[in-house]
Amino acid sequence: MLAFAVRRLLVSIPVFIVSTFLVFLLVTWGADPLAQLEAKNPPPSQAVINALADQLYINHPLPERYWHWFSQLFFHGNWGPSVQSGTDVGQLLGSSLELTARLVILAMILAVILAIIAGVVSATRQYSKTDYTITLIGFLFLSLPVFWFAILLKQLVVNMNNSLNWYWIATYGANTPGLTGWSAFSDALGHLILPTIVLAMSSYASWSRFQRASMLDVLGSDYMRLARAKGLSRTKVMIRHGLRTALIPLTTQVALDTAAILGGAVLTESVFGWQGMGTMLVNGINAGDFNTILAWLTVSAIIVILFNLIADLLYGVLDPRIRHA
Amino acid sequence: MHDLPTEDRQTTGNITPPAGPVEREFTVQARTQFQLILRRFLQHKLAVISVFVLVAIVLLAFVGGALWHYKYTDITPDNSVPPSAEHPFGTDNLGYDEFARVLRGTQRSLEIAFTVAVVATVIGTVWGAIAGYYRGVADSIMMRIVDLVLTIPILAAGALLAHHFQSSGWWALALVIALLSWPGVSRIVRGQTLSLREKEYVEAARALGAKDSRIIFRHILPNIMGQVIVVVTILVAVAILLESALSYLGFGVQAPDTSLGTLIAAAQTSLQGGQWWLFYFPGIFIILICLTVNFIGDGLRDAFDPSQQRVRA
Repeated sequence: MLAFAVRRLLVSIPVFIVSTFLVFLLVTWGADPLAQLEAKNPPPSQAVINALADQLYINHPLPERYWHWFSQLFFHGNWGPSVQSGTDVGQLLGSSLELTARLVILAMILAVILAIIAGVVSATRQYSKTDYTITLIGFLFLSLPVFWFAILLKQLVVNMNNSLNWYWIATYGANTPGLTGWSAFSDALGHLILPTIVLAMSSYASWSRFQRASMLDVLGSDYMRLARAKGLSRTKVMIRHGLRTALIPLTTQVALDTAAILGGAVLTESVFGWQGMGTMLVNGINAGDFNTILAWLTVSAIIVILFNLIADLLYGVLDPRIRHA
Repeated sequence: MHDLPTEDRQTTGNITPPAGPVEREFTVQARTQFQLILRRFLQHKLAVISVFVLVAIVLLAFVGGALWHYKYTDITPDNSVPPSAEHPFGTDNLGYDEFARVLRGTQRSLEIAFTVAVVATVIGTVWGAIAGYYRGVADSIMMRIVDLVLTIPILAAGALLAHHFQSSGWWALALVIALLSWPGVSRIVRGQTLSLREKEYVEAARALGAKDSRIIFRHILPNIMGQVIVVVTILVAVAILLESALSYLGFGVQAPDTSLGTLIAAAQTSLQGGQWWLFYFPGIFIILICLTVNFIGDGLRDAFDPSQQRVRA
């Protein structure tokens, strides 16, 4: 198992390096860090523009630029200068990542649990009223724009808070500044509830459909009937033989959807006014802030590759055939 | 599954000697592949209803928008009035008729979604079919590229590129979304191609001296059309949601043009201000379009691959 893990980790490294190069190309193509400075009125002197261009290293050929960025980051831990005033990319990334990680991890756990329950219940009672209801809810969330649902939910809770005069479930920001200890924790939790629900529901929809399909597949298989026939209880068969096998496709899907969840987090944070990775990206793009966007995409690439790695290791746990291969 | 290509069926037809009407105990009506699929699709009631609703929305957007007595650029004397007979969806603060704007937005969103679906499907299908057919080094390189594109969050890359091409109009936005969504299609097509290329009829075609391009386009692709069509429907829904998300973040369709996402972004605070009609109507249109498209996709999946429906136990 350990050898398998190490081997997979080693394979991920070149993937990551090529991925950073692709992202680098994308950002050089899509972001113009000089645009804001050049658009200033009165226009700044050519010397000022040249100085910024020098600082950003953008007058060099592309491979050299990439190597400069790469070596600065991985040998010196330097994310490069930002064109937004008073911004240090590394610091911004640190604080944003902490907020977003909370949200994304909680939402993923919630979505996976809900999807497994819904998928299994739906599959074991195929074509029943419960199945149709769960399926309909799934389709509805599959068709809902995340931010529309978020705004709606936010307004509902604002109205509820006002009528109950109880403001624990917060509708804006990630926390109230100046709190310590237990009250800070409770406050942060209150701020997490709505964004987590919104983000979880956006992934729940497709995952529950997925889980239902793979559970149905397993339910029709011969080894399930054999296990029942040799006298095992229904619950035991469902969990040990059925669910365990049916979880493998979902694991792949969750790993594949990591990128989409990070995208969903951008929208969720934007509605709930979180100063996380989403805000960092949107501000970065608007300012043409080359290094900030690059930092965002690099971190997201690491996260996606990491989740794929975890999924691969989980296969080993779920499916002994892979472990021993 | 549809293993028999049309050519084969014609030859079998010729073998039957031309004879007069035969007396049979059971009469069996021959059905073409298309008729079988259509019959199965018609059994999925939600999907059939969805087709009607979707067609109605498309007609409303493209024909109704042209006939409606306000244009989306008209400023009416009524500011911020709730829905009435004169303005079925009300008006906004500036006096724009919301009904006209929702129709126009629907039109834009649909145009973008269909462009994305067509472009992404064509690129993804050709890419996946070539990778799956030739296998080996070509396949490895092509699919690694797909894996790499899939590690980039579509929304982030889309926002970056859409911001860059903001001044070029809606088709640039559509191309950006298409450019980021074809890898999903190519994976499915590759998987199917890998299994189909081992079938006897492909081997037969090869033995008859058919060129690779003929085998791919005449023998393999027609047989995976089912899966591809299902993917296209999903792409339409995904593209509409992505377009609206980008527009919401401010990177999508720009004023004076409008889309459903742009309308919701503009109505963000309207819910608090009591102008619920500005927020709900564009949202309901997005949901209706995506919901119907998803149901149609589900119906098509069942129609093309009935094996998924059956379950023992």
